[in-house]
Parts: sequence; structure tokens; C-alpha cells
Amino acid sequence: MEYNPTIVSFLCNWCSYTGADLAGTSRMKYASNIRVIRVMCSGRIDPTFVLKAFTEGADGVLLCGCHPGDCHYHEGNYKCLRRFHLLQKYLDQMGVDKKRIRLEWISASEGKEFAELANEFSETIKKLGKSNIKEEMKVEDKKSPESAVHRPARMGLQSTVES
Amino acid sequence: MENEVNKSKLKLAIYWGAACGGCCVSVLDVHEHLFDIVAAADLVFWPIALDIKYKDVEAMEDNFIDITLFNGAIRNSENEHMANLLRQKSNVLVAYGSCAHLGGIPGLANMSTRESLFERVYETSESTINPEKTRPQTRVEVPEGILTLPEMYDSVLALDQVVEVDYYIPGCPPTSDRLLEVFTAIVSGSQLPPKGTVIGAQEKPLCDECERKKSENKLVKRFFRPWEIEDDGETCFIEQGLICQGPATRAGCGFRCIQGNAPCRGCYGPTSDVLDPGAKMLSAIATVIDADSPEEIAKVIETIEDPVGTFYRTSLPHALLRKKLFN
Repeated sequence: MEYNPTIVSFLCNWCSYTGADLAGTSRMKYASNIRVIRVMCSGRIDPTFVLKAFTEGADGVLLCGCHPGDCHYHEGNYKCLRRFHLLQKYLDQMGVDKKRIRLEWISASEGKEFAELANEFSETIKKLGKSNIKEEMKVEDKKSPESAVHRPARMGLQSTVES
Repeated sequence: MENEVNKSKLKLAIYWGAACGGCCVSVLDVHEHLFDIVAAADLVFWPIALDIKYKDVEAMEDNFIDITLFNGAIRNSENEHMANLLRQKSNVLVAYGSCAHLGGIPGLANMSTRESLFERVYETSESTINPEKTRPQTRVEVPEGILTLPEMYDSVLALDQVVEVDYYIPGCPPTSDRLLEVFTAIVSGSQLPPKGTVIGAQEKPLCDECERKKSENKLVKRFFRPWEIEDDGETCFIEQGLICQGPATRAGCGFRCIQGNAPCRGCYGPTSDVLDPGAKMLSAIATVIDADSPEEIAKVIETIEDPVGTFYRTSLPHALLRKKLFN
């Protein structure tokens, strides 16, 4: 069977999500391994989201926002762009291939562009192969088998997502 | 030994894993209040100060110790064994200090493999002469008997990644005022907070407490390392282009570093609603970059020398990406 990567994408509500929606309503076919998460603005994409996606098994993360100058909140996409560059530098230092994360601007009318981007990014990730981040970051619980990985209450958000 | 222990007194143990010893010394930093501690508690195990052996701890009944302050991370089999042993013997196990809490400075070893660390230390370092490439062995037979050493692990873990932890007291080291507060609360029998709570620290970020002058418009054209710039002594470090971990670090330390004109390094860890300790800081720092084009942004980011060592200085083992990937 062909390797099917898992790609998590964060799309901004005002441009990119509408663009992806346009691809759908226009009945364009594009790679089905893109899982879309709608956020209000690309400026809302916390680097934690990206890291969490990787540790939960994503092979690639796609971020999309409005074109520069078009942000519904004026400058959220610039904030996203700055975070993206710093995040890439960090991921590179951690030994994660920078190509696994991509930022593109998709406007509400760019359904076709979104479909092409989804296909292209999916191909890139297929070439890179499966990510080993989830496997490598697991902390094996050495002594108490009854409690799985012990994440303290301090960390608040407990992961309950099972793939 | 049991006979000497006054039954009405609290039994306190302090132990170090992979630590520098500073946490143990920080307990002595309470100065004359140490007499108050000794008046209320018997120290039943404290390798830095008392000659009590591991076998004495092993001989104790389960839950014999009331409170154990465990400082240091877990990076070898001895650390892990003692973490398990002290968990078994203690009613309350406290992760004391940054290393036990989030992995601490030793956690930065997660950017290297064990093999590369050994190679550096036992072969290539400038002060090493070791043509036979001798490495420490975990077990060696000599005429006098068998000698053993703990096994070094490939990555460093925080205490709660190995055993269950009741409370966390953060800091590198925790300030003695906070330790005294916590200790007094326990001795006076106040109600203990829920298990898993970070105690001796606050829920708000350090910036809320910091007294430096802050403006709304934080825009930075390039970042400086502390020796590259003359601090004016009163303006927010970030506004001056210095990376200060204040926005993503818990208050409670009394901003002593900042009072000493050094930016916060984040040793108190993030507030409790934060999943990844460094990502929030990375996020905050990225947004103050005063550039809009990818090229300009990249230029500013070039001045951030070491993102992992800066944003995850004391927390790498508890980050979502807890170690470097080597493929």
C-alpha cells in the first residue's frame, strides 16, 4: 500500500479556510491527507500547536493565512510569518526537517491554488517519508506500568487524542 | 537510628540526582532559619551534609519519610533507583528546583547523544590524553571483587517522567524565602494544595511583577546578547533587544536576576496552563521582530544565536520535542 502521510493544516477563517472551502464547492480533487483545522487568524497559530501536531504523529504541518496586507486583523499574518521563521530555525536545531512545515498565503478566491498547494505539500512529505517524532518523543514509563506516561497536572492540557 | 528520631517531629530528606549541588546549598541559604527547620524536622537523609548511606534509606519502612525534597534530573540508573526508592519511602515527594521540575540545565544534554558526550569527555576534549580510548564500565572485575558504576542514559528526564511527584518547587535554585514559606505551611498544618501543584511560585508571569519600564510597542530590529549592549538599568530588556524570559515564566522568584540587571532565564518554568515551556517564549519573541518581509525577518532571527538553549534553557526534557533527533 502506498504511504499516506498525515498532514495537519491550520487555516485562517477569513481567507484560507474560505479558499479551501472554495476548492471543495468547486469539486476540485486534492490530496486527502490534509486535515484542516480552522483558526480565526494565522496570528492565532501558537508554535505549540505545530509542535503538538508533530508529537501526536503529524508528518507535516501546513499553515495558511491571508496574503500580506490583507489580514482581517491587520497584522496577524505578519506575526505568523515571524513565528514561522523562528520556529523553522528551532525545528532545524532539533533535527526536524524544515520542509515538514510550510507557510503559504491563500486568499478566499484561491481554491485552485489551495488544491495545488495541498497536492504539492503532500508530495513533499511523501518524499520525506514518515516522521519519527512521535515515536522518539515518547517517555517510556519504566517502573509503574499501571500509570501510562505520567504527565503531571501542572501541564494542564492532557492529551486525549488517539489516532 | 530509628530510636534517635523524635516521633513527633517531621522527617525530612533531601536528595540530589543529576544536579550541580546548588539546590542542596540553597536549603542552607535560609541562614539562621535552619534552626527553625531543625527544630520542627529531623533530617533523616541528606548526602551533602549527613553521612547516611543508601542502605540506611533502604532499611526504612515505606512512607517513613514525611517529605523528600528531590533536586536534580534523572540521567543515570543511580538517579532512577534513588527516585524510585525515595518515592517508596516518602509520603510527599517534592520535585525541588528546575532540574527535578523540568529537566534543568543538565537537560540540555538532550541535544547530544550519550555516545557523542562520552567521545568528547573521554577522548577529544583538550585536557584529555586517552590513546587507549578507555571508557568507564558499569561493571569491572578486579582481584578485590566487582566494581560497579551507574549506567548513563541516552537522554535526561525530569523527576515526574520517572516517578509520581506530589509537588513542584521551581527555581535554579528555588529562593530560600519560598522554601521557608512552604516549609512553614507544612509544619503549621495548613491545608496542602492538590497533588501536582507548583508551590512556592505564582500563577502569573514574571512581567506582571517586574518593575522595569515597559511600553506597549515592543519592536526589535536585532537581538543582542547581554555583553553586546549597555543596559540602561530601567527599560524592559526585550525593548532593548535582549531576550528576557519574563513573558513566559512564572513569577515568584522576586525577579532577583532582573534586579541584578540580568534578563530572566526562565528557571521558574511556565505558568500552569502552558503545555510546552519554550514555545510560548518563542512565540512572544517572534512577534516583537520589527520586520515584515521574509528576508528582513530572517536577518533579525539570525541574531538569535541558539533558540533551544535560549528558550528551553532549563526545560528541554519537558518540552514537546524533548531531545534532538538524530537520523
